[in-house]
Amino acid sequence: MDALAALREAIGDAARPAGDADAVAGVPARFVAAPASTVETSAVVRAAAAHDLSIVVRGAGTKQHWAAPPREVDLVVETARMSGIVEHAAGDLIAIARAGTPLHELQHLGDQQLALDGPIPGATIGGTVAANTSGPRRMAYGTVRDLIIGITFVRADGVVAKAGGKVVKNVAGYDLAKLLTGSYGTLGVITECAFRLHPRPAATATVAARAATPEAVGAALSGILGARLAPTAVEVDAPASGGFTVSVQLAGVSVESRVEAVQRLIGGESIEAPQWTYPWDSGDAGLKLTMPLSRIPVVLQAVLGVRERHGVALHVSGSIGTGVLYAGLPATGDVAAVVKDLRSVCESVVVLTAPASLRAGLDLWGPVPGLELMRRIKARFDPDGRFAAGRFVGGI
Amino acid sequence: METATRVADRLRGRVRLITDRHELRTYECDGLAQYKVIPALVALPRTTAEVALTVQACAEAGVPFVARGSGTGLSGGALPHADGVLIVTAQMRDIVAVAPDDERAVVQPGVINLDITRAATPSGYYYAPDPSSQQICSIGGNVAENSGGAHCLKYGFTTNHITGLEIVTPDGAVERIGGRAPDPPGYDLLGSFVGSEGTLGIATEVTVRLTPLPEAVRTLLAAYATTDEAGAATSAIIAAGIVPAAIEMMDALAIEAAEAAVHCGYPEGAGAVLIVELDGPQSEVDAQFAMVTQLCEASNAFALRVAAGDEERALFWKGRKSAFAAVGRISPDYIVQDGVIPRTALPEVLRRIAEIAAESGVRVANVFHAGDGNLHPLVLFDDAIEGQAERAEAVSGAILDLCVAHGGSITGEHGVGMDKAKYMPRMFTDGDLDTMQLLRCAFDPDGLANPGKVFPTPRLCGEVPGRHRGVHPLQEAGLAEVF
Repeated sequence: MDALAALREAIGDAARPAGDADAVAGVPARFVAAPASTVETSAVVRAAAAHDLSIVVRGAGTKQHWAAPPREVDLVVETARMSGIVEHAAGDLIAIARAGTPLHELQHLGDQQLALDGPIPGATIGGTVAANTSGPRRMAYGTVRDLIIGITFVRADGVVAKAGGKVVKNVAGYDLAKLLTGSYGTLGVITECAFRLHPRPAATATVAARAATPEAVGAALSGILGARLAPTAVEVDAPASGGFTVSVQLAGVSVESRVEAVQRLIGGESIEAPQWTYPWDSGDAGLKLTMPLSRIPVVLQAVLGVRERHGVALHVSGSIGTGVLYAGLPATGDVAAVVKDLRSVCESVVVLTAPASLRAGLDLWGPVPGLELMRRIKARFDPDGRFAAGRFVGGI
Repeated sequence: METATRVADRLRGRVRLITDRHELRTYECDGLAQYKVIPALVALPRTTAEVALTVQACAEAGVPFVARGSGTGLSGGALPHADGVLIVTAQMRDIVAVAPDDERAVVQPGVINLDITRAATPSGYYYAPDPSSQQICSIGGNVAENSGGAHCLKYGFTTNHITGLEIVTPDGAVERIGGRAPDPPGYDLLGSFVGSEGTLGIATEVTVRLTPLPEAVRTLLAAYATTDEAGAATSAIIAAGIVPAAIEMMDALAIEAAEAAVHCGYPEGAGAVLIVELDGPQSEVDAQFAMVTQLCEASNAFALRVAAGDEERALFWKGRKSAFAAVGRISPDYIVQDGVIPRTALPEVLRRIAEIAAESGVRVANVFHAGDGNLHPLVLFDDAIEGQAERAEAVSGAILDLCVAHGGSITGEHGVGMDKAKYMPRMFTDGDLDTMQLLRCAFDPDGLANPGKVFPTPRLCGEVPGRHRGVHPLQEAGLAEVF
């Protein structure tokens, strides 16, 4: 039996030969399989393993150009048919969703929400977890790893595994949900996730104020943190054209007095909550910078220096409240030099996305402490290197 | 004993050791005192290098090791191995740095949980995870168990407050992961390590997130005739979109014990008391508190007290915090159970616990984190009376079955350790447990780190099978990278 026949035996017509549109980051695929359930996913992976097929998982395909291109793609496992909310237990503030569910379906669940910002519209739960994307509200709510309480996934040998559960308080066994979070599809096919939810606040407000210099941004941050206003987000936006805007998001039963307190501290005015997205367009290079809070002014100063030194239109925006900034620049700029300069002042700089031609010449991840341990984990979970080979750190 | 002697020989003069059998007995159990095993050797390292040396010596001799912080754990996680080395981190007590500008503190594993808060308070910060044993438990132990506490409803658990770790892996190597900045690249090794109960290595330095001290804290105590009514009040608070810092509940038996022990003065005749604490910005706390008070009144509370200040708040909490120890006054022996259920199942589960208790003639006092469904049934018995211990054990197990049947967990905070390893198959399939152990094999292929804990059936790690796809041997050996 050939591979396609084996896949069709597993899930019928939901397995087909791949077309040009199924290429992953420019790497052509041979087959596509779209299982409708965890059981079907297991059957698909078993069939793939029996025919030694390499696998890349695709949700909405919004991050195909993230990380390194896979070394090869025999089979694209598509999660579109595994969509929908399995359970929303409002009284327990939890929800369980299949991996192919669009993130936005969980962002508004009646009076409740999965308090996770989705920077890319249309992204699925599975992709969001696999890439560990987050936005401004991570300051108050945490990121995927803080919100995920249970996971179901299919291993490289087709075995189905669950970890965690559907209660928030749970220390039984290893927290594999965290291991799978941000693993870029290299450890298994995520089929279902359980999350803790939060109430949707009755009131929200955003105050935005200009800051003239990196030091002023730092001072604004210190002032806000010291005032104990419990902001939902404290962000900076530094467009390539110059200047800094600090914005503070507040949420809760009542926000008026805190809005006034923010204005007393940093000036500015109340604005409509901005629709946050990454500071880059398709075709640009997109970077993720992390730093301790106290280094934010130094990093922003370095950004100014980088713009001047390399003549690049570098746009930086992100969470000064947590020390995670995103930077975008046109691919025509000297991306490698920019990354190198930023790496000398940041804790880490990861090239999240860049055109394929550029990625080949870049060290996408920078230094990765614990890489040897990570290789050992990969070797145990996926000894044949079946999943997303080459996409991740250290060529994993 | 032979091989432990080899380890002692390697370490003598370089790491403080205890070899005298009488002194070794001090370490024969942790907070789960009914299980005692005398270790072959105790090591008391003072530095990361000494921990690494000790683990290396164990690895070379093929001797198992168990890590112990303050020894307050309630699941036997630090129960020694009779042929192994107990590595005690209690001497590693330095607070390396308190950095309020980064909202971080860096501490050695033996530092007491509450001492981190004490060190941070002058800067307006504190360390949020607050297990009831926080005056004596160590941060290293907290990391191993992913400890929670009453305030984890709002603030999360240890794993949500660790941004960096230095660990000694079971082969004796030292790894540093993360630090003061968030999101280190690659797999979430921090998230994998926290809560791994000493089976993946030993934490030798911990970088924690500090939380700003809230502007305002308000606490109320509500008394109800029944736990059902108190549970309904809890549900109403959650449904109103409020996430308090803590919601704790005690039933009549627990209240009786607490009163006898610490004279907390809870309203007389209460079938249940609810302690609700809100914290945050003043305006927000005021607004939420008004709502919570109203909801408690509407839910048939027959007494409602609002703490007028820190002293009164401490008094409200005194009863709750002393509850475990307090039952010692109304019963010679007891089992502290730890299970989780979905909050909405609370009334049903409490009813069943009462039925089970009555059927077996065993008393059960209930104390729990009502906000997140984490139950601590205190199963009372008298060991001196024949058969009572067995019946208490059976009731304790039945309660765990109840938790799993309702979609909950066999442990919310205390860990699996050796105490609950046998219950893991009730919550997880063979495939689930096998998969978790893949992680264990990656860190500890020789099975030397805290063997016998967490998993009922150890997985043989063996050779890593399979070919690798197109990976250059140099790359595979970590000698080259593909850019």
